[in-house]
Amino acid sequence: MENKVVKDTISSDYALGFETMVQSDTFPKGLNENVIKAISKKKNEPQWLLDFRLKAYKKWLTMEEPNWADLKYDKIDYQDISYFSAPKKAPNSLDEIDPKILETYEKLGIPLEEQKALSGIAVDAVFDSVSVKTTFQEELNEKGIIFCPISEAAQKHPELLKKYLASVVPYNDNFFATLNSAVFTDGSFVYIPKNTRCPMELSTYFRINALNTGQFERTLIIADEGSYVSYNEGCSAPTRDESQLHAAVVELITLDNAQIKYSTIQNWYPGDENGKGGIFNFVTKRALCKGVNSKVSWTQVETGSSLTWKYPSCILKGDNSVGEFYSVALTSLAQQADTGSKMIHLGKNTKSTIISKGISAMHGVNAYRGLVKVGKNADNARNFSQCDSLLIGGTCTANTFPYQEVNNKSANIEHEATTSKISDEQLFYIKQRGIEEEDAVSLIVNGFCKEILEVLPMEYAVEAKALLSISLEGSVG
Amino acid sequence: MGEKMLKIKNLHVSIKDKEILKGLDLDIKPGEVHALMGTNGAGKSTLVKTLSDHFDCEVTKGTMEYKGKNLLDLDASQRANEGIFMSFQNPTEIPGVNNMYFLKTALNAKKAYLGEEEMNGAEFLKLVRKKTKEFGIDPAMLKRNVNEGFSGGEKKKSELLQMVVLEPDLILLDEIDSGLDVDAIKTIAQGVNSLLDGKRSVLMITHYDRLLELIKPDFVHILKDGKIIESGDYSLALRIDEQGYEGLGIRHETK
Repeated sequence: MENKVVKDTISSDYALGFETMVQSDTFPKGLNENVIKAISKKKNEPQWLLDFRLKAYKKWLTMEEPNWADLKYDKIDYQDISYFSAPKKAPNSLDEIDPKILETYEKLGIPLEEQKALSGIAVDAVFDSVSVKTTFQEELNEKGIIFCPISEAAQKHPELLKKYLASVVPYNDNFFATLNSAVFTDGSFVYIPKNTRCPMELSTYFRINALNTGQFERTLIIADEGSYVSYNEGCSAPTRDESQLHAAVVELITLDNAQIKYSTIQNWYPGDENGKGGIFNFVTKRALCKGVNSKVSWTQVETGSSLTWKYPSCILKGDNSVGEFYSVALTSLAQQADTGSKMIHLGKNTKSTIISKGISAMHGVNAYRGLVKVGKNADNARNFSQCDSLLIGGTCTANTFPYQEVNNKSANIEHEATTSKISDEQLFYIKQRGIEEEDAVSLIVNGFCKEILEVLPMEYAVEAKALLSISLEGSVG
Repeated sequence: MGEKMLKIKNLHVSIKDKEILKGLDLDIKPGEVHALMGTNGAGKSTLVKTLSDHFDCEVTKGTMEYKGKNLLDLDASQRANEGIFMSFQNPTEIPGVNNMYFLKTALNAKKAYLGEEEMNGAEFLKLVRKKTKEFGIDPAMLKRNVNEGFSGGEKKKSELLQMVVLEPDLILLDEIDSGLDVDAIKTIAQGVNSLLDGKRSVLMITHYDRLLELIKPDFVHILKDGKIIESGDYSLALRIDEQGYEGLGIRHETK
């Protein structure tokens, strides 16, 4: 059954690479204070938010692009990018959305009409710099749950936004996060009230469509005391020769006894086998487990982008709080990924788990980079890290850079790492049982990633498996 | 299918540019059991691997016909789905892949190849339960990952289970008895014999007379330096057992 789905999807190398011909309102290329003021004005933002942007911009001008990651690329010209693009006529109801955009999401498998939508999943659809539709908002509102574009939150929930925005990733955190703070456009805002279990999966689907445009989304999720939410994000972009920049910031906050499960399936256009085109994915994702007994799980399946620079992290401040990071990063073609996690233990009895699976094929370069830090007051902190790499063929690369900073003697830190190769003998064995070579590779890869696929919500696990197979098309033999 | 199973003519095979098989002829008809014996390095495993399209083996000359089809036109998975099953001496581990899932994928691959309807989970479970019971295989094995952490005996039993589920037409056994105790050999032999319905054929490599007592061969061949130098019936195996290869005038290869 699954294999059938996979085969149907493999009509082209990157099936989501189509472009939607829609009239858009796109800013001229370049970045200066006026551009930032114009973005803020487009979104009718309060003064404090514009001030926040301008403060970040001033800081950004003094910062240097980091070069410590295991990534090689031509210098990014930040004046050669447009910082805002939106389909014309910002729609308020579904009827006003350009049918071409509805069609785009339909093609991506995400119908935006609620009656057609997958049951149990509310979607915020972000097209270039704006959210075009958020489904099931009313149903969620009844429970006091806020799920809306962040620009809407600036209008309707300014007190919450002001309190929590940049409270986990400060405006001056790092080069890309600071740039995002200056120019961020849309992304989702989620607030789950006390003692509420969000009754459906929340999901944001990011689509880059416009040419030469950067996407700078910002997502903020607050889980109040005793609440729970499972949130998923997906991403895709057209096939183009030009590289495009994506610099996002995601902040998560859990108060006492709250839990957030955050899953990502990242399938931006990966570029071609010579490294031409593709998305530069520079993302800062961080969670603050502020309350006692709170928990954050990051799960990511990264198959797209030509460059990935991403380290979803947890600051375990509340006593007994728990942070988890489950990752599959696949680099094929000429893709490069430098990804991993940071677990910062500050509270007592805090626990963290890092399971990272890196798969490299063709000319892919895959690095795990992670930090486990235990503060001096974090008694009985525990961490378990496992980093496994799987190599397919002889031209790809995998590296592991684990860092540890332990300032409390009661800490218990474990680290395991393995590197393995898909062997010809394994492939022969599976083929001798009647399974074709490409299916044999999928079987081995899915087995390798099993622990991660198991923690994804069901629908997403199926999608992730299919993606892994498609991304490895033609990588063997 | 008539009288056709396997017909090998003047087969030459090289591994890494070294010629291992040097003009081998062999004819196996439906329902026949053939045993292949010979000293180490004679080319026994190479023959079995070549029939399965192993990546090491390069056919440089000769023909292999299976059920009237040219085997060289078929790759490993196609040959498997056409009914050739090779039992591995030391099957490889596939971490993270559940044994039951693997077996079901293999069976349904064959069914899809033959244009038959695929089996659903419930039907498959029923089939596997029946087979494990019939051959005294611990069903707990199915919950583990393919060959991962298996003992030598468990690996051979897993191979047996795959064989009786896939129901091949031509069974290639590469020293399936190596490293097994007498009881385990009996289980394996029982499995192979259960498939022998007068239509299926077996080509087995063994050093060990015990297996031949349990799976009686119709023909015994002695392979030396890449060629079959003597063929006979079961009594040939008995002679080897009594006199050794030296006694039959066959010297060990020096490696």
